[in-house]
Amino acid sequence: MRYMLIIHNDPELHPTPGSPEWDQLMADYGEFSKQLVDRGLTFTGDPLNDPSTATTVRVRDGETLTVDGPFAETKEWMSGYYVVDFDSLDNALAAAAMVPSAKYGSVEVRPLAEM
Amino acid sequence: MDEALEAVYRADRGRVLARLIGILGDFDLAEEALQDAWVAATVSWPTAGIPDNPAGWLVTAARRKAVDRIRSVTASARRQRAWGELAITWDLGGDSEPIPDDRLRLIFTCCHPALSLEAQVALTLRSLGGLSTEEVAKAFLISETALAQRVVRAKRKIREAGIAYRVPSPDELAGRLGAVLAVIYLVFNAGYLPPSGAELVKVDLCDEALRLCGVVIELLPHEPEPVALAAMMRFQHARRQARLDDEGVPVTLEDQDRSRWDRTEVAAGLALLERAQDMEREGPYGIKACIAALHVAAPRSDLTDWAAIVRLYDRLLAWEPTAVVRLNRAVAVAMADSPSAGLALVDDPDLARELEGYHLYAATRADLLRRSGRLDEAAASYRRAREQTRNGAEHRFIDRRLGELGVLGPDVG
Repeated sequence: MRYMLIIHNDPELHPTPGSPEWDQLMADYGEFSKQLVDRGLTFTGDPLNDPSTATTVRVRDGETLTVDGPFAETKEWMSGYYVVDFDSLDNALAAAAMVPSAKYGSVEVRPLAEM
Repeated sequence: MDEALEAVYRADRGRVLARLIGILGDFDLAEEALQDAWVAATVSWPTAGIPDNPAGWLVTAARRKAVDRIRSVTASARRQRAWGELAITWDLGGDSEPIPDDRLRLIFTCCHPALSLEAQVALTLRSLGGLSTEEVAKAFLISETALAQRVVRAKRKIREAGIAYRVPSPDELAGRLGAVLAVIYLVFNAGYLPPSGAELVKVDLCDEALRLCGVVIELLPHEPEPVALAAMMRFQHARRQARLDDEGVPVTLEDQDRSRWDRTEVAAGLALLERAQDMEREGPYGIKACIAALHVAAPRSDLTDWAAIVRLYDRLLAWEPTAVVRLNRAVAVAMADSPSAGLALVDDPDLARELEGYHLYAATRADLLRRSGRLDEAAASYRRAREQTRNGAEHRFIDRRLGELGVLGPDVG
């Protein structure tokens, strides 16, 4: 079953680029991806730019409404994701706990709705 | 005959259901098929006699009923999946063979931390205890509709989120077992201290918790924590007759009539505790059971070994560094040392902040102030505790204490 690991960060707690903590975090992400590869898991994943770069689009009565900003303004924001094929929720949860940002924010685990 | 049938069903139901979920891969289908098989049994057994292996009979009958149901129902994707597995496992074993015990898989699935605590409790009591949703709802003072919805949602999550029907791997076991034991202890406490206004249910939840704990011990005999939990529940159970006075007001451990403690239960608890300690692996329930044992070992409350209890709380804090454990440790320090020593710990600003609004915090503080002779402050703290609980028996207890302090009772009604 495929699961999305949705990474949420609190920017106040999260390391900022240039700090030693940031360098460590990037190294940890490299290690995390390597572990997924080593375990032979099929996955994709990417980091996202911050919400100030977001634009939200809605179509109402055939008209496209474009607004600056994210869908919802919250303290924590989605900063990246992985989609991984695991055999059970337990293994997905174990992997989520190993996502380096889990130390600073949270990782939501959701099964993909297979259509 | 009816009672004999019921007894057989009650004894085997958990095992049969656990096996059926394993075979069918679906909680709902397993429950429905078992229900059908049970109806068939009530027709067949009174004339043909109770089979030698009722559990095997029920599993075989339920499998057939499941096939009937799958055939009759418009095949949804999940039922087709179940059908596939059913076809594969159809020929495995006859109904004379003892059925494999899948109850441990069922317990760990019901108590999976990805499910809400209420759903964990309800699923466990329904599937392993055979309680109805109505009985569980009444015991926990939740509306039946709300509870039924939570159960439906939990079963859906088990299926859709891929919660595996399995016993956790050895490295996960300790943590996952903790969740199972927490559910069992919650059930026990719901029976021991029913929430105010809860209706009496025909099933004794304390007995149910002890029985569930017995199942876990039987299936994981080399784990000390379930045995320690059983010991702890036995000690608590022993004090059952003494915990309330004739008017239903709680009696503190200190003031309980110890001759009313059930010595048979105490002995059973001590034997269990010894068995847990022989395994020589410390855990939070082991420590809590030791604390309870020191209480029941004291012939009079002033002979309690409070210094040893303080040391046990120190060890417990390493496992459970929670505010409530710190509060209990402070009480032990007050008894071992002096009320003011305990009060200093209770008045720690961090602890006060964390337990603000918790009536037992205010009540504990009031008690220590009372013992220190600071009666006006004690009365104020008792009044605060009174405002923070709506339990009538607790109100009467606090009013009595206020009366003993020689100050006027609360000016609230």
